[in-house]
Amino acid sequence: MDFSSMLPVAAFWLFASITILSGLLVILAKNPVHSVLWLILAFFSAAGLFVLMGAEFLAMLLVIVYVGAVAVLFLFVVMMLDINFVELRQGIMQNAPIGVVVGLVLLAELGTLGAAWHFGDDVAKNAAAPTPVVEQVENTAALGNIIYTDYIFIFQMSGLILLVAMIGAIVLTHRTRPGVRRQDVSKQNARRPEDAYELVDVEVGKGVALPTKKG
Amino acid sequence: MVEALYTLFGGEGPFFYFLAILASIFAIVLPLLISVAFAVYFDRKIWAAVQMRRGPNVVGPFGLLQSFADGLKLFLKETVIPAGANKVIFLIAPMITFTLALISWAVVPFGEGVAIADLNVGILYLLAISSLGVYGIIMSGWASNSRYAFLGALRSAAQMVSYEVSIGFVLVCILVSVGSLNLTDIVVAQKGGAHMWNMWVFAPVFVIFFISALAETNRPPFDLPEAEAELVAGYQVEYSSMAFALFFLGEYANILLMSAVMAILFMGGWYAPVPALDFIPGIVWLTLKIALMFWMFAMVKAFVPRYRYDQLMRLGWKVFLPLSLAFVVIYSGLAVYGVIGNIG
Repeated sequence: MDFSSMLPVAAFWLFASITILSGLLVILAKNPVHSVLWLILAFFSAAGLFVLMGAEFLAMLLVIVYVGAVAVLFLFVVMMLDINFVELRQGIMQNAPIGVVVGLVLLAELGTLGAAWHFGDDVAKNAAAPTPVVEQVENTAALGNIIYTDYIFIFQMSGLILLVAMIGAIVLTHRTRPGVRRQDVSKQNARRPEDAYELVDVEVGKGVALPTKKG
Repeated sequence: MVEALYTLFGGEGPFFYFLAILASIFAIVLPLLISVAFAVYFDRKIWAAVQMRRGPNVVGPFGLLQSFADGLKLFLKETVIPAGANKVIFLIAPMITFTLALISWAVVPFGEGVAIADLNVGILYLLAISSLGVYGIIMSGWASNSRYAFLGALRSAAQMVSYEVSIGFVLVCILVSVGSLNLTDIVVAQKGGAHMWNMWVFAPVFVIFFISALAETNRPPFDLPEAEAELVAGYQVEYSSMAFALFFLGEYANILLMSAVMAILFMGGWYAPVPALDFIPGIVWLTLKIALMFWMFAMVKAFVPRYRYDQLMRLGWKVFLPLSLAFVVIYSGLAVYGVIGNIG
């Protein structure tokens, strides 16, 4: 029996069914925190599927970026939300038709996009280049070649767009609020014992006047 | 390692292959758990010595069996689940922490080709698994339905995500010089004695990595997720018995893992400091190096007072992130002009 070919098949069915099941549970779970946890499981088993396809670099990236960072922030936000679940469920039937219509429009748009897609001229040339055998080329190096050699300008452009989006988000949300006591590290470090306290000889039965603040 | 055991068993077929995989997992996990028990003892003894106390000295000779006694005690205690807790997640959280602490060891090479899985992307695997570690803590904090636990979990989430960024950039420095993500390749690139080790050329990023590793494993001075003075014990406050033991074991297994990663990345892994001493098995050298790094972890715990939370965040984002980013640029430049590494 050739078990070495059986193992990946079994693993595929395992990961695939877990991915689909947890994907379903993301939208079926009652508690939003559970939804996020199911989403994380879906990401993780999708990474397993990537490994089975020999795309180990993508798999690790999926885990590091989505599971390790993005989903943590999701979980962070969802856990802090103060939601009344019963209230949330009211009116779900009223809004359902609108949801269905929006979903259908999105699906139709995706379909037209896929049908009317035109590839650039160099894509055909690059796609025609022979794919190296998996054993000969590490997929880290292969991906690096594609991103940083073949499509460097597109890559740079998307990087710039992301940078603009990031700066935009910071500018929109950052505001200086008056009346908030902030800690200024340089001020804290510049503080010396002489500014902070004063030794006073107290005569018995007399007490001292409150020390005046030094400029 | 799996293949070697497979041929050693002599049999053919899936059963023997499965057996070989199982045997290699046990060959790593059992010594690891025993080392964890002694690491806890070692940690307590060092801490005691710095404070001029005796430390554990009752159970067994020199108190060597203290950790096993503690383990037995925890094993026999009752598992308390708070009434308002989310039971399933409450119980899964410590299991996740413990499992993640163990599976990282699958890619750690103990010698040339001696690892359960010698992955091409080994270092990314380590980064991926360590980035998952935060879930055990967040889930336990949320599921406990307690303010202290939740505050600890929130702190931990922010802390671990922040310091992972600088750990990632330090790794990039090494990768650029070695030209491979495979841990075995990284060690082999340091062959030929102590002067070849990465710790000299990469000394500044080694320091950044060490401090970030302290934050990543929630060790003092960055143990704010548990901060017993303000949060009682943070995310573990509601846990008892084996659930607590799993957190505890996972924490120390992670510290040993970080020590092993530092030994592999910066201190030549299984190679002897002098090539003449290479006749001593590599596992001995690796263990010694892990013990040395663990000793440094323990000393930091004894010496340094805990950071304030805003100081911790400032250190991560405003000091380490720009610094490590600058070092990525510097080391990539050195690698491009062939000063370091072999990709020139």
